[in-house]
Amino acid sequence: MKASPTPHRRWDEAAKRGLIYLAVVGTCAFMMFPFLWMFVSSLKPFEEIFAGDSFLPENPTLENYRSLFAQGDALGKIWNSLYIATVATVLSVFLCALGGYAFAKFRFPGRAFLFGFMLASLAIPFAVVMVPLFVMMRNTFHWIDTPWPLIIPGAANAFGIFFMRQYMFSVSDEMLDAARVDGASEFGIFLRIVLPTTIPGLVSLGIIFFMGSWNNFLWPSAVLRSEENYTVPLMLNALQGPPGRTAYDVLMAGSVVSLVPMLLVFLALQRHLIAGITAGSVKG
Amino acid sequence: MGTERRRISDHDLGPRGGVPGLRVERRPGARAAARSRLHPRALWRARWPLLFISPFFVLFAVFGIYPILFSLWLSLHEWRGIGPMRWVGLENYRFLFGDGIFWGSMRNSLILFLIYVPVMTLLAIVLASLLHAGFLRLQGIWRALIFLPHITSMVATGYTFRLLLETRSGFVNQALGVVGIGQVAWLDDRWWARISLGLLMIWAWLGYNTVIMLAGLQTIPTEIAEAARVDGATQAQVFRQITVPLLRPVIIFSVTLSIIGTFQMYTEPLVLTGGGPVRATETPVMQIFQTTFANLRFGYAAAMSYVYFAVIVVITLLQFRFVSREDAG
Repeated sequence: MKASPTPHRRWDEAAKRGLIYLAVVGTCAFMMFPFLWMFVSSLKPFEEIFAGDSFLPENPTLENYRSLFAQGDALGKIWNSLYIATVATVLSVFLCALGGYAFAKFRFPGRAFLFGFMLASLAIPFAVVMVPLFVMMRNTFHWIDTPWPLIIPGAANAFGIFFMRQYMFSVSDEMLDAARVDGASEFGIFLRIVLPTTIPGLVSLGIIFFMGSWNNFLWPSAVLRSEENYTVPLMLNALQGPPGRTAYDVLMAGSVVSLVPMLLVFLALQRHLIAGITAGSVKG
Repeated sequence: MGTERRRISDHDLGPRGGVPGLRVERRPGARAAARSRLHPRALWRARWPLLFISPFFVLFAVFGIYPILFSLWLSLHEWRGIGPMRWVGLENYRFLFGDGIFWGSMRNSLILFLIYVPVMTLLAIVLASLLHAGFLRLQGIWRALIFLPHITSMVATGYTFRLLLETRSGFVNQALGVVGIGQVAWLDDRWWARISLGLLMIWAWLGYNTVIMLAGLQTIPTEIAEAARVDGATQAQVFRQITVPLLRPVIIFSVTLSIIGTFQMYTEPLVLTGGGPVRATETPVMQIFQTTFANLRFGYAAAMSYVYFAVIVVITLLQFRFVSREDAG
């Protein structure tokens, strides 16, 4: 299909489109295949996963799921994850909106400096504070094996405040001033006017936080010690079979289970998530 | 930092310019004004915004600044996490500079970065351009499918990749066997393990980067490319000489995130390879974690965190230098 004079132009165009479709569909297939394999394997008995005789399960079974929920107490772990992710998300979104609102809509002494200071704090990788933070959590706060280390330290974070500030610029000043003239308190204005008008931003940030919390592994594995307090990723990682044998059967069932809540969130709120992720990139 | 901040706020002023006093200009007498701004009465007038931003500063002081300072103190001691701390001065740092395992993990991060980031960035640009091409139907569906890995738990996908890449009975080697290619030691050879980890990273992050690039492409006016096409430029020329240069800020953003992400990698290698074989895929964060929680050498881990941070700061500064020099040239 070399480039050729005009009579073949249409064929060229069609071939090119075909190639582009092929590339895009091929990439999507590459992306989807591990999910497919995860799902198919979760329905196979352990021996069949490695037998490699057929792609689809020959003896489809829900045994892996049963043992995940019966022995692994998956429901308890899902509850832990949901609880931590929900509380952390609601608290963080609220505090970040509050901070973003102040930085966007008020003039106050030191605003530029404080904002720059806050942005600079983004450059600190979590691993740098992990060791001393762990010692603090254990010796000072006695928060080991509680949800608090996963909720409180990141509750008002620089990324979220920066993110919400962008959305806060769109709140109309006339509306705020009118409410002030009517004698509304500043906090009341934030609750009754600012929050309702920035819901898309709150939702976008909420999904990003929820996703981060649900899939977080490093810090939870440091502070959650006893098995009954594990979150879903910790449960997956602990699903090792006997020595030298990874319990891939139950593990794949657990992976599917861990994916379902995020998938539902993604399907319902995809537009907001994409908007949130691209919000920071194009402006910077 | 300063220029970046200004650019962001200028951008957001919008056509209405709705934020009063956002453009702060330098005037004569600004210093006197600054002094009067810190007057108690001025602070009292600003009590609401100060109160609204206080959660961040309180939490950052307690869970950010204090741990960093405490870490410095810790790094000068030998401590097993309980019991008395023993002062060792700079001993931890001296030992660290000769610690081949730690520097090896730094080297691994760098190698990994070189293995997957160029490929992934290029793929993301190409894929975003393809998705951006007007005639492609179901754009939303393709975008969603490509993005899906990003929302998945890394523990789940890490194990799935491990299952797929098992040397003796994994699906990938079986499929390769059908085509007549012998077994590849995906996870059992130093370089193949790094490549496998790179594959996992590309799989997990390609969609995210594509979405960012796509958003960047959507801000580029189509007239420029059309004009070039009318002037006889080929599509490849348009891509190389118009699209990529205009997309440059977004590309820099994406590569910056990738650098930071690569040096903070933990879960991916832990699950996929356990850091092996022979530490070929071990990362600095894995080192810090193990030194703390497995070896109980809290002081040494604190020193490690400090040096790790210094290296990241240097890399970031080098990268900004590199980028701004290109801008000047």
